Amino acid sequence: MNKYLERLVNGLFKENPTFVLMLGMCPTLAVTTSAINGVGMGLSTAVVLVASNVIIAALRKFIPNTVRMPYFIVVVASMVTIVQLLLQAYVPSVNEALGIYIPLIVVNCIIFGRVEAYAAKNKVGLSLFDGIGMGLGFTIALVLIGSFRELLGAGTIFNFRVMPESFEPIAMFIKPPGAFLVLAMLTALQNKFKLPSATNGSAKASALACGGDCASCSGETYAANHAANLEKPNKDKDLRKED
Amino acid sequence: MNDYLVNLLLILISAAFINNVILSQFLGICPFLGISNKIKSAVGMGLAVIFVITTASILCSLVFQYILSPMELEYLQTIVFIIVIAALVQFVEMVVKKFSPTLYDALGVYLPLITTNCAVLGVALLNVENGFDLVESIVNGFASALGFTISIILMAGIRERMAYNNIPKTFKGFPITLVTATLMAMAFYGFAGLV
Repeated sequence: MNKYLERLVNGLFKENPTFVLMLGMCPTLAVTTSAINGVGMGLSTAVVLVASNVIIAALRKFIPNTVRMPYFIVVVASMVTIVQLLLQAYVPSVNEALGIYIPLIVVNCIIFGRVEAYAAKNKVGLSLFDGIGMGLGFTIALVLIGSFRELLGAGTIFNFRVMPESFEPIAMFIKPPGAFLVLAMLTALQNKFKLPSATNGSAKASALACGGDCASCSGETYAANHAANLEKPNKDKDLRKED
Repeated sequence: MNDYLVNLLLILISAAFINNVILSQFLGICPFLGISNKIKSAVGMGLAVIFVITTASILCSLVFQYILSPMELEYLQTIVFIIVIAALVQFVEMVVKKFSPTLYDALGVYLPLITTNCAVLGVALLNVENGFDLVESIVNGFASALGFTISIILMAGIRERMAYNNIPKTFKGFPITLVTATLMAMAFYGFAGLV
């Protein structure tokens, strides 16, 4: 695969900053009360990230290694200030909705993480695409979480009514506790897919997602799966013998 | 004078409980999730944060009122504040290391982590946004940090007990901590409308 395209895919999926790396949790929780806020925050962060990545990559040979952190801070903070001024001038509503979380992009660990780990060691072109990939990955994650919270908390997505009129919005989801709950479920799901389970292959009982604790499991199906699974290793052995 | 004191008290309660930095403003989530395993380290982190946020509030407030504001350079606040905070943390670390090794042992490891803690910059920016004067900024900074300390210690206490519970494997670690945070945020939401 083309190495520039690879950078984009890497940021969007393989190392998605929110879903996989779990970086930048503060803005993720704070501004995702609606899908539109997610877009605003995601794109602002993406612009700062792309600009900082390009500048640092271009200057990487001139920045002394021992004092690189102050350089990075100044570059990132300048980019954030520029973005903030642009938002104030052209989209004041977004600036109003996001408030202090715009200047707080400075301390977003995604930016420092990418600048330190990637842009400081790679060429300008690659760093540009790395910034775009990571920025878009962050934007998509924020929009997804924002849409979900807006759907349950207000019954709308991007202010379009999606739920029927009879739907009583669960206001908690657009309040602070909802943010924590959504993220909790998201990380739990992530663990669920990462851990081997009784239904996907010949995992050892102790490595199963349910802990192999079938005595306390009320689901008989799972117990049955588990029992079938325990026999599997032998089957696998038999198959190998035939080969 | 009396009105002013009442105002300060309201800022204190509002910053520590109603607008709790972690549970309602989502500032400083990383240390809240990362260093809340044990009560002892949570207390250390909390004390370090109280010290740094209060000092940073004083410095940033002074810089804004006497340097940036008269020279009409308000738009530089983000850059200036982050530099002030980074320098402050470095300086505090060096001073504490030199003069009080015991304190350094207790706080040392947490100090570098605080530079990237968005609560410090967030509180400094909120002070400016709300138009607080120097004393109000100090009170707001101290109270916000107090709110941070209260929540991180509460969380550490709960997590220490949770270590003995039988938690589904998928929920171990981050997820169950976040569910706990959800319940804490709901409880703190009860303070809304107090002031």
